[in-house]
Amino acid sequence: MTKTSNEPLVKIRGLKLEGRSDEVWNPIINGVDLNLMPGEVLGLIGESGAGKSTLGLAAMGFTRDGVRISEGSVEFDGIDLLTASAAVKRGLLGKRIAYVAQSAAASFNPAHRLMDQHVEGPVQHDVMGTAESTEDGIELYRKLRLPNPDEIGFRYPHQVSGGQLQRAMTAMAMSCRPDLIIFDEPTTALDVTTQIEVLASIRDIVEQFNTAAIYITHDLAVVAQMADRIKVLLKGDEVETADTRTMLTAPTQDYTKSLWAVRSFERPQKPAIASGSVPVVSVQNVDAAYGTVPVLHDVSFDMHKGRTVAVVGESGSGKSTTARCITGLLPPASGQIMLDGVALPADYRKRSKDQLQQVQMIYQMADTALNPRMCVGDIIARPVQFYGGLRGADKRKRVDELLEQIELDPAEYYGRLPSELSGGQKQRIGIARALAAEPKFIICDEVTSALDQLVAEGILRLLARLQDELSLTYMFITHDLATVKAIADEVVVMKDGRVVEQGLKNDMFQPPHHPYTDLLLSSVPEMDPDWLTNLLAERGVDNIGDAAVGKMA
Amino acid sequence: MILWIAAALVGMAIIAFSFRYAGQVATSQSPYFRDMPFGVAYGYILGVACVIWLIWAYLQALSSDPAIANKYFFLRVAVEGFVLFAAVAWLFRLLGRTVGTAWSKHLFRSMPLTASFGILIIILYAIVSIFAGALAPYGQAEILPGVAANIIPGGDPNLGGNPDFPLGTDQIGRDIMSRLIYGAQNTVGIAFVTTLIAFFVGGSLGFLAATLGGWLDQILSRAVDVLMAIPSLIFALLLMTIASVWAPRLGIPLTVFMVLIIAVIDSTRVFRLARAVGQNIVVMDYIEAAKLRGEGLGYLVFKEILPNATAPLLAEFGLRFCFVFLMIAALSFLGVGIQPPLADWGTMVRDLSAFVNYAQFAPLAAVTPLLAAGAIALLTVAVNFVVDWMLQKTSGLKE
Repeated sequence: MTKTSNEPLVKIRGLKLEGRSDEVWNPIINGVDLNLMPGEVLGLIGESGAGKSTLGLAAMGFTRDGVRISEGSVEFDGIDLLTASAAVKRGLLGKRIAYVAQSAAASFNPAHRLMDQHVEGPVQHDVMGTAESTEDGIELYRKLRLPNPDEIGFRYPHQVSGGQLQRAMTAMAMSCRPDLIIFDEPTTALDVTTQIEVLASIRDIVEQFNTAAIYITHDLAVVAQMADRIKVLLKGDEVETADTRTMLTAPTQDYTKSLWAVRSFERPQKPAIASGSVPVVSVQNVDAAYGTVPVLHDVSFDMHKGRTVAVVGESGSGKSTTARCITGLLPPASGQIMLDGVALPADYRKRSKDQLQQVQMIYQMADTALNPRMCVGDIIARPVQFYGGLRGADKRKRVDELLEQIELDPAEYYGRLPSELSGGQKQRIGIARALAAEPKFIICDEVTSALDQLVAEGILRLLARLQDELSLTYMFITHDLATVKAIADEVVVMKDGRVVEQGLKNDMFQPPHHPYTDLLLSSVPEMDPDWLTNLLAERGVDNIGDAAVGKMA
Repeated sequence: MILWIAAALVGMAIIAFSFRYAGQVATSQSPYFRDMPFGVAYGYILGVACVIWLIWAYLQALSSDPAIANKYFFLRVAVEGFVLFAAVAWLFRLLGRTVGTAWSKHLFRSMPLTASFGILIIILYAIVSIFAGALAPYGQAEILPGVAANIIPGGDPNLGGNPDFPLGTDQIGRDIMSRLIYGAQNTVGIAFVTTLIAFFVGGSLGFLAATLGGWLDQILSRAVDVLMAIPSLIFALLLMTIASVWAPRLGIPLTVFMVLIIAVIDSTRVFRLARAVGQNIVVMDYIEAAKLRGEGLGYLVFKEILPNATAPLLAEFGLRFCFVFLMIAALSFLGVGIQPPLADWGTMVRDLSAFVNYAQFAPLAAVTPLLAAGAIALLTVAVNFVVDWMLQKTSGLKE
């Protein structure tokens, strides 16, 4: 499989793609050139809507429904994929070109065992027989450091965790030893501790078999670990291409520089809390359970006026459950929630309108948090009318004020539906709805995790400004430690429903800390391209990510 | 016979193969012919063969020999009707594309021909049923003095028709056209009211079950399961038989009972849909936000859930309307539905059904019962076309 020629494996020239929406063809990619040498890993980065995935699929000669290639050429190893017959393409896809999708959970067929799906490609392409391919699969699972490589292939997709599925999918892509693999955001949906394992194993296996890869992601730190070269896309245009180190140290374009600078936002540490002050919200010895399954164990922490408490931990650690206890959606089994020193009724139905007003929430998915059939003005006006009792012109004036606070022009946005807004704008409307109640305390549940980095930074700056102006208290749930660095005053680390560590932000980012905090911190990819290599050298492959979490328990 | 069919199929396979090959050579390997599966090529040839047969049969129907022409009479009507309706639907869509607001123009541009046909038919039915009194030349129960019974439709005196009664008269000399027009009012109107009641009852209970959950949901859902376990037509017949005893005693028209009975039976289907749709909406974050705001049940159901459930409910409304409408026609056909002398399409089919036997030698006479049946079928097809289109639009499928 290793080729020594100097011919590029994939050669894309002047590729233009168009997508059809509502009777017109809109350009998605406006003429992109791409060269990929055998064994090379190319990182494609850009915001959502930049055309990364579309370009990645086009490199396989494939377009999604409603998308067409209007101009340009795609050559794979000298074969023109755009004019190749269906039979020729069938011989290439799966065998010499493989694809790893973003959500492995949605891409595996839930009705078949992993191994049956793994074996299908090699058998169909006459690369190997069933028995041989099964053995090879087990070998690949071992190389990808899946637990129980001899057995895991004989499970169904739902019996395997998300990170393991993602690795099983990589193994499946490898099953025919392709020359090219396209990775479409393979770690975006995973926790940092899981992500690091998947990254390490993908990189390892790509190097071992000298496979060329296109790695699509919006996370710069991830791409810095994986790619030999990076190509930056913006709205279908190429911004610049350079090898990873040059790109990181000396970006030439303004857009690239702005991408690199996103992570520089950081608020100054606030002074220590005056002793004896009453916390706005205090969580005291809370135990909670879903049915009979206990989720929270003796969780206690305080949140003070005008400060941000970041609650971090991987998925399933009880961060969101704590928020549900505070809002009263999940009454705790024992313990209590205090608001300004007064105990709140456990169930939100028993709370007074005034108590409900003080605690507001901003959701992770702005798409599901805004009623798609209500215009922006009505969404924000409802709490204004409900709590403030304002009507008519007064109500309209207050809504306009709120829209200005979140930096959207009231005249333009008042009558829009949520579907006519971008992701960042939707999140701003969510913030305005929370502000409209004039609360003291706002729970921000992963508010930036679904957004691009530039947009997320804008939201964080907005939240910080609003906090300073209105002296709000935030409970900031996140798994992204860069966000924590940017906005938090205090940090609470949770694991398995317990508070592992809590304290001021600056203390948390300085050693010594709890081994779990240490692991979380060390798992966050950094922009340094040597970071993963160094980390692996320092800790060893068995002491990173979920494997290390397992040892800790 | 079997051998002939087999030979034709094999012959078509050979033609299909050479068709694909000819296409490949003629277009010098264009991707369409090159990647065409054999099944697709075969499908084209099969389709062409069917069209050729249809044209041949249509020409037979135009023959001067009545024995042959009668054999293909209904095929001729079907072909002519199909072409006519397609043309009318196309013109209607063209009209919609050039006249109206920007929104309606856009709607018509993205509309398939079937949907524009459906909309046109629904509009026509609505006009006819609303203005039945003004449109119908005679009363629905009017037995015309001096007019023969069983005048054949078509208005051709040579074949036993009468130009004054273009659709003929029925077995006691009432004008069929007038009865068809009034039938639209009775059958469609009652079906519409029944569907509305079914949706009001089923929809509100379904949303309530979805929002509150728990015991209420269990009780309502199990009750609905029990009602749905009984075959609906037989259940309706049973209840109608009971009602026909009560109706005169209470002095309430039987039709009211029929509306209520069908509404209750159909509301169970609506309940299930509303509950399922509602449950998907209730788990959304914006509902949680509204709950945490302290909103009441009424606001949740009518302001937050209902606007998001309109698309599937509207589609179901169209479908449900068809079923209700067919059920009323079926009950009337069986004699327990809309009572004479009120005109009703189901009753009309039953009363004139004997004429179907004349289809072999006097096709025009056999048309009599088929007029009412055709009116039922046309509306059902039209509503289904529109519902299909709406479902496709709301499910976000593109092309």
